[in-house]
Amino acid sequence: MKYFITRLLRSLLTLIIVVTVVFLLMRMMPVEGYFGASFDKLDEAQKVAKLENLGLLDPWYIQLKDFYVDLLNGDLGESITYRPKVAITKILGDKLLISLRFGFASLCLSLVVGLSLGILMARFKGKLWDKLGTWYVVGANAVPAVIYYLLIQVFFTDIFNLPLLFDKSDPKSWILPVFCLSLVNIAYYAMWIRRYMVDELNKDYVRLARAKGLKNKEIMLKHVMRNAFVPMAQYLPASILYTVSGSIYVESLFSIPGTGGLLVTAIQRQDNSLVQSLVLLYSSIGIIGLMLGDILMATFDPRIKLGSGGGSR
Amino acid sequence: MTSKKIINKMADNIDPSLFEFAEYDETKGELSGYSNYSFWRSTVQVFMKNKVALALLIVIAAVVAFTLIQPYLPNQKSPTQIYINPETGMQFRNVRPNGEFWFGTNSIGQDLWARIWSGTRTSLFIGFAVGLFEAIVGITIGALWGYVRKLDALITEIYNVWDNIPSTVVLIILTYIMKPSISTIIFAMCMTGWLQMARFVRNLIIIIRDREYNLASRCLGTPASRIITKNLLPYLVSVIMLRMALAIPAAIGNEVFLSYIGMGLPIDIPSLGNLINEGRSLMMDPNQRYQLFFPAVVISVVTISFYVIGNVFADSADPRNHV
Repeated sequence: MKYFITRLLRSLLTLIIVVTVVFLLMRMMPVEGYFGASFDKLDEAQKVAKLENLGLLDPWYIQLKDFYVDLLNGDLGESITYRPKVAITKILGDKLLISLRFGFASLCLSLVVGLSLGILMARFKGKLWDKLGTWYVVGANAVPAVIYYLLIQVFFTDIFNLPLLFDKSDPKSWILPVFCLSLVNIAYYAMWIRRYMVDELNKDYVRLARAKGLKNKEIMLKHVMRNAFVPMAQYLPASILYTVSGSIYVESLFSIPGTGGLLVTAIQRQDNSLVQSLVLLYSSIGIIGLMLGDILMATFDPRIKLGSGGGSR
Repeated sequence: MTSKKIINKMADNIDPSLFEFAEYDETKGELSGYSNYSFWRSTVQVFMKNKVALALLIVIAAVVAFTLIQPYLPNQKSPTQIYINPETGMQFRNVRPNGEFWFGTNSIGQDLWARIWSGTRTSLFIGFAVGLFEAIVGITIGALWGYVRKLDALITEIYNVWDNIPSTVVLIILTYIMKPSISTIIFAMCMTGWLQMARFVRNLIIIIRDREYNLASRCLGTPASRIITKNLLPYLVSVIMLRMALAIPAAIGNEVFLSYIGMGLPIDIPSLGNLINEGRSLMMDPNQRYQLFFPAVVISVVTISFYVIGNVFADSADPRNHV
């Protein structure tokens, strides 16, 4: 219990530091981003008036205080150029749901495929399956993701006759984005399970279980997999939540109306307040994901404690 | 009186030839168990056994060498000049690969062959710079973090906060605030990259710093800086090389990512990210796909090579894999 509280407080502290730093950094931005298309038409006095209206000419600590008060009331401000005068919370609301759905679908796919591939690689270690799998993992990790996303988009749409862009009414248009989102995670899970099973099969407890006469399948399911799951539990929540931000490529490539594609649009249109909100959203997602992962891992493995100084001595 | 006599006698009996260096003889060495083991020779030997890694090492050496000498070869075109067709007076727009333009031209008539090598040069430079900087910062902070007990808690806290922020967010924010250029991109990537290196170095140092030989050194009054550089760092070679080798493909990938979201280098500097972006806008026309494929192939070859070489080298630098 103490562990959970410490971990929670630490995450909260991190979040506050990050939010503050991001907010202050965004104050250093050129002010064009607050005007949208009207920037060239306004004269100096009008610009100053508008900035004053937005509270941007106040000293930074007052701006920071206002920002936190608004944040606690669930108000992130208004979009400037993307959808002028619309509350950002409203823009984000619908989009988050879509992103989360894609994240969840790709998580299921990557868990099933990744674990099967990893187990297959471990069983046929050094054989063809293992080599193919290793090359896949190397490729997925080393090559920048956008390259194989683009190639998939170019070729798979032709070969399998799948729709190129996302369309809400067409379930077939889900296939390629979910597949793309899963590729890196599949590699991660496969590599992890393979390495774990190869290492673990020589351990004493497995030999004892075998000496007791347990079947291979039972050893795998009851002993090895259960241990292997602990560090994976740490990665699970983060990987769902990361898809919200990690899908920046996929969402803008397939024009899915989610949050990932939104960031690209917001940057290109220089919508300062939208960029700020999205960055805050992504950092909180990352922080919360890591925290959930640690807590989940501690629940699965009672040995884990958050010791002072990393606890490594 | 007597004792002095005996000592004199012993000194007389010492054979000076016993105190000369013997010549190394492998057959005799095997009898007594002596081995002329050398860390680097064994590392190279184990590395050479991996044929794939060796082949990729040759490939990457050739690519790096070629990007450096390419501008000085005869008959090379400029990567930024727009070529005009003398017959029509128009630019060579989207010319498919031919004898004149080996990789074709892009949508405003620039030579893709020259642009790809120039872009590879830019991207590799970013990669090497980031790798080097990460190594310097990461090793310095990691060594202090692991070795100086007073700093441990402080740096751990800083690490926990910094590591909790997704690195993509840091990249985006820093490049959004600063003007995009090669140095700002390198800076933004270094801001997140050193963390992992520092953590690996710190963990290894904590494992080996209290071994007996370090205890002995400390008792003899060796200064901390000397213990770190002479006793500890040699053990970290494999980890450091691995992190540096992986930093290069990661930096190239990040550059592509930043260009993709519109925060990359200005388009007048050819880089692999910019080339991919140009190719992407034309990829739906099957006749223009070469503009995407050529840079994609170069990126894949370079990143996979560094990734594999780094991993294999780290394995071969691990003394447990030595014969």
